[in-house]
Amino acid sequence: MSFHPQMPYGEGWHRSQRRVPPDGPPFAFTPENLARLEDICSHYPPEQRKSAIIAALYLVQEQQGYITGNAMQHVAGVIGCAPAQVEDVVSYYVMFFTRPVGTYVVQVCRTLSCALRGAERVTEALCRHLHVSPGETTPDGMFTVVEFECLGACDRAPVIMVNNEHWHECQDPDKVTELVDALRSDGVAALSGCHLVKER
Amino acid sequence: MDPVLTKHIGEPNAQTLDFSLQHGAYAGLRKALGMAPDEIIDWVKKSGLRGRGGAGFPTGMKWGFVPKDSPKAKYLCVNADESEPGTFKDHVLMERNPHLFFEGCVIACRAIRAKVCYIYIRGEFYHLQRVLETELARAYEAGFVGANILGSGEHVDIYIHRGAGAYEAGEETALIESLEGKRAQPRLKPPFPAVVGLYGCPTVVNNVETLCNVPLIFDRGWEWYAGIGPDKNTGPKLYCVSGHVNRPGVYEADMSVTLRQLIYDYAGGIPGGRQLKAVIPGGSSTNVLPADKIDVAASFDGLVQAGSMLGSAGIIVMDETTSMVWVAKNLLHFYEHESCGKCTPCREGTDWLYKILSKVERGEGELRDLGLLFSVADNIGGKTLCPFGDAVVPPVASTLQHFREDYETHVRVGRPPLPPWRAQEELIGAH
Ligand SMILES: Cc1cc2nc3c(=O)[nH]c(=O)nc-3n(C[C@H](O)[C@H](O)[C@H](O)COP(=O)(O)O)c2cc1C
Ligand code: SF4
Ligand code: FES
Repeated sequence: MSFHPQMPYGEGWHRSQRRVPPDGPPFAFTPENLARLEDICSHYPPEQRKSAIIAALYLVQEQQGYITGNAMQHVAGVIGCAPAQVEDVVSYYVMFFTRPVGTYVVQVCRTLSCALRGAERVTEALCRHLHVSPGETTPDGMFTVVEFECLGACDRAPVIMVNNEHWHECQDPDKVTELVDALRSDGVAALSGCHLVKER
Repeated sequence: MDPVLTKHIGEPNAQTLDFSLQHGAYAGLRKALGMAPDEIIDWVKKSGLRGRGGAGFPTGMKWGFVPKDSPKAKYLCVNADESEPGTFKDHVLMERNPHLFFEGCVIACRAIRAKVCYIYIRGEFYHLQRVLETELARAYEAGFVGANILGSGEHVDIYIHRGAGAYEAGEETALIESLEGKRAQPRLKPPFPAVVGLYGCPTVVNNVETLCNVPLIFDRGWEWYAGIGPDKNTGPKLYCVSGHVNRPGVYEADMSVTLRQLIYDYAGGIPGGRQLKAVIPGGSSTNVLPADKIDVAASFDGLVQAGSMLGSAGIIVMDETTSMVWVAKNLLHFYEHESCGKCTPCREGTDWLYKILSKVERGEGELRDLGLLFSVADNIGGKTLCPFGDAVVPPVASTLQHFREDYETHVRVGRPPLPPWRAQEELIGAH
């Protein structure tokens, strides 16, 4: 019985459950990425290479765009741990993609401070402009729209993050559609919106 | 009070080593290197510094729990996971004042006899990580970090460890798990990290802002530090003001400042001359305060007296157009999404709360759903492994307590007309 008499147990996937993605194409790190990984491993005691699993998975994502079963096997081999341990990590953290995503993953913060300043309208404008729903990728493989939780820049709400790296702040429906168009025409050069370059 | 932590953050190149040295960086470290570890801890105790990560635990006391004679390695883990909705102060410190931060890390390592410090930074802060890496390399080069720091024989290595998107990684034992290459799921306490932490060794987990306060205590003396702000709530404090204010941002003040001053004087009041409805004073996990309760000191103790908490000092301001049912729903989506799933009340309960709140928010709820919300929340709070479970209760219980009429409107009349900032309906992907 459920611990609350009036509520049934939920169904659907929870991040604490493990979901293993398909094997996908063969995978091995490039020599450069392998060297970068070994450098990161040296930050930890020699018997604690597992600490570098997250870093290894970021490298997989950089190399291949998303994480597959074969990639996880390879990471487990390089780190020297059980593949299950890598699977655990992949299924838990939201910044890992286990299916192909667009060249630009546009992640819109939806949490309270951003929502109080119109984040819903930003998502809506983005989705309408690209003809997708949150979570979907455009047919040309250029854009994936994702909703995200608080990014830690609530004073510059609403905030979006492109590809786990590039931030654009103080968005509104017009700015975000302009950004998408600029990405289409100019590529990564359009991603210069991070406040870091602006000093008060 | 004059800003200390954020005095220069707006100036060009404020993050660089040269700029920081011109403004007195690493002076506190020089003094601390001449002191024994116990003396350092003693100074921090006397300064009254309390942790800025959320709980307000006295920092000196926490350092004192690390066993001195343990043969094991000791570790300092910096909590740079900053994921509490409404909080963005560590972000500013790391981006604009990284050398103050490194200085604090090295002093803390000396105090607890650690040779290695890991900065656990949330994955989304990649642009900050690059700033930190550049500046850390400069600090190494100049001999402020690394082997034989300033000729003292002290050796401290600092490494940056990137997370990958999990709010729960901010909880200290979950942070340690994540650093060990596992899911960010908490451990049962005791044993506390000070005794069994990272890799089974004694470990201190401190927040970024906490560590940025440490050099000040040595640079200017603990007497100076203890003299700032009210008794037992000492030192400069950063407040993050967001939501419906004219000038959202990070503001530095001593802890005698009131919520009203922060909202109206520092952050410029509410846009469009609208009325204040409610304030979340310390990040989403703290009780909402109604507009008539804002004449209280925004300090650890002041906000507890007012029925809430200082938490992470993330002040979220909501004007009269805001439906508090919608606020609760928004926050429960966050908690439902971020629950690590280790304990059933939290994993299932957050899902239930979110579903009930969504139904009520859409105008499809019944009055008995409000009782059910209380009852489910009551079955989570205090019944879970980590404080996340307790953090789920405030958004539900305090909005129900202070704004029951909002809930009743949603139930009796239906969803009220949308305010301008949400006016484009129906939203794609709305649940
Ligand atoms: C669910 C949860 C999330 C937390 N998130 C953070 C966080 O993002 N940043 C932080 O500094 N502390 C966070 N904390 C508090 C830490 O567990 C810990 O108390 C803090 O890092 C201690 O640092 P301090 O003593 O310097 O305050 C969180 C706690 C919980 C229960
Ligand atoms: S209370 Fe929630 S977040 Fe904390 S351990 Fe339990 S399930 Fe995980
Ligand atoms: S709520 Fe969007 S960045 Fe915090």
